[in-house]
Amino acid sequence: MMAKQEEMGHPLEDFLRKSRMPHIWCPGCGNGIILHSFLQAVADLEMDLDKTVVVSGIGCMGRAAGYVNMDSFHTTHGRAIAFATGVKLAKPELTVVVLSGDGDLFAIGGNHFIHAARRNIDIKVICANNFNYGMTGGQQGPTTPLEAYTTTSPYGNIEHPFNLVHLAAASGATYVARWTALHVRRLTASIKKMLQKKGFGFIEVISPCPEIFGRRNKMRTGLEMMEWFKKVSVIENFSDPAKAEVSRDRIVVGEFVDTEKPTFEEILYETIKKVQEKG
Amino acid sequence: MSKNKAVLTGEHFLSGDLACAEGALAAGCRFFAGYPITPATEIAERMSLRLPQVGGVYIQMEDELASMAAVIGASYAGVKAMTATSGPGFSLMQENIGLAVMTEAPCVLVNVMRGGPSTGQPTKPGQQDVMQARWGSHGDYEIIALSPNSVQEAFDLTIEAFNLSEAYRVPAFLLMDETVAHMWEKVVIPPAENIKLVNRKKPKVPPEKYVPFKPDSEDLVPPMACFGEGYRFHATGLTHDEFGVPKTDSPEIQFQLVSRLCEKIRRNADKIVKVEKTMLDDAEVAVIAYGVLSRSALSAVKKAREKGIKAGLLRLVTIWPFPEKHIRELADRVKGIVVPELNYGQIVREVQRIAGKVPVVFLPKLGEDLHKPAEILKALEEIKR
Repeated sequence: MMAKQEEMGHPLEDFLRKSRMPHIWCPGCGNGIILHSFLQAVADLEMDLDKTVVVSGIGCMGRAAGYVNMDSFHTTHGRAIAFATGVKLAKPELTVVVLSGDGDLFAIGGNHFIHAARRNIDIKVICANNFNYGMTGGQQGPTTPLEAYTTTSPYGNIEHPFNLVHLAAASGATYVARWTALHVRRLTASIKKMLQKKGFGFIEVISPCPEIFGRRNKMRTGLEMMEWFKKVSVIENFSDPAKAEVSRDRIVVGEFVDTEKPTFEEILYETIKKVQEKG
Repeated sequence: MSKNKAVLTGEHFLSGDLACAEGALAAGCRFFAGYPITPATEIAERMSLRLPQVGGVYIQMEDELASMAAVIGASYAGVKAMTATSGPGFSLMQENIGLAVMTEAPCVLVNVMRGGPSTGQPTKPGQQDVMQARWGSHGDYEIIALSPNSVQEAFDLTIEAFNLSEAYRVPAFLLMDETVAHMWEKVVIPPAENIKLVNRKKPKVPPEKYVPFKPDSEDLVPPMACFGEGYRFHATGLTHDEFGVPKTDSPEIQFQLVSRLCEKIRRNADKIVKVEKTMLDDAEVAVIAYGVLSRSALSAVKKAREKGIKAGLLRLVTIWPFPEKHIRELADRVKGIVVPELNYGQIVREVQRIAGKVPVVFLPKLGEDLHKPAEILKALEEIKR
């Protein structure tokens, strides 16, 4: 049975750099699910892999760029969106996707996120939110829930976390959604929808991190974390993102924003065209 | 305006900042990402006006970290890209200068130097960033840095910076004194066909045979595919092998990569380095100067000659890689060297390292105007004795 499956190969293997497997992610990690959803969306949409660029920052999810069979770049910590901005403006015909984590995108890279959203530049950001800095061994970060235990909040986290979908919506993103790694089909559908839209899109994926975050917070396995998501997640599409909480007792998921406005590169290239016509 | 809007062939009256912007356009730069900062802002302003005219992209980023990142992104998308800043912004850019070095992204960074440290003196000239240009990002690496001493050279050397950056896949810096940036002089812009342009080497193999960081043996520079060309390659700031695959545990690959990043500049230094030698053939004493101070130094050398002192000037047009060979040759022949700088001692340390036993007199200057020729002349007279 196993041999047969190996002969068949993975259904998404054409979308992965096989030479880079196995990946570095821990057992129970949600990053593989998120990457799978993204690649499934790319496959379903029959996107041109030669014209799709994946950019990532530093951290566990930051390694995703290295695994995809497309042009890809692994930037410095926090700078994925800023790098992607240069790519998109220089070659607007490319589809530019940022895959990274919550610490990378919202602590050290937070400024780039809000400004890219404000400009409504056509970049798609998929954020794996695992509530902590996994790569460095589980430190407190901008999404760590209040009172949660991490290696740098040994007495419980004393900081309030960001509500990422509220931040994205307030900053001007034209597509905003949140799912958990349990909502695989909805996540894939949401990624497909975002990829087909123009403008700055953002999807937060609450992701299990049992090895680093869970075990310090009474959830030792990926299954336990997934059970938590299953128990407390509620789908409230197009509800007020300001009220879309992520807490021990309630995780509000769904699509929050799906609007249209001119994208940055549309306005930019229209301006260039006008300037050139005027001579 | 000439027909070619990117190359404004003809005579112009420009500031150094504006001439630098025109040089960039003539070099084929079609992407600028920056953040306003005195005394480099005029470069951004000119680019925001001019780039749309030639179909290029200007974007004002949220900070200098983002500016440098966007420049690397544009470069990887296949467009010649630049930014311009001053000391405080240069500090913020160091992070992604390291990324540009590691991923071998051709790009140009103009640093109009003012007085530091920190916010320092935004409107005063300085040469306090020459060592930061060399060593500012972490790790071992080499970059290229050029220092114009006139508005014409702000134009010419910006083109040169783009050419060197493309040829060696390395960030190239234009280290411009605030004085040169803000002074106005005549600039002659040649016809486009007379401007020599260098473009990065492209791969000659199909995508399945492309090894993105495998260098050519003669110059140690790998041919560069760009995003969207079908090569589907990966680049990373991590230590990587020739395939671009992270190999962070291998001492061999770390040594191979870092030594190549350094050697591609060091071994080609003779081709890169430019100096200007004035009255050095029979000189007994010499001034080594760069940027605007070379103009004071030239005046001092001429006055010294009038007084019968056999003085000469070695002007460093290229600061990095350091023109060691020229300084060694000079040190073999002269009895003393004077080094004026608008800092508290930076390039003079390199000169001392190479000059050996030859006395080196350092003339620091901070926060004032430039060295007057008389100050340099006095030092030449003293060292002669």
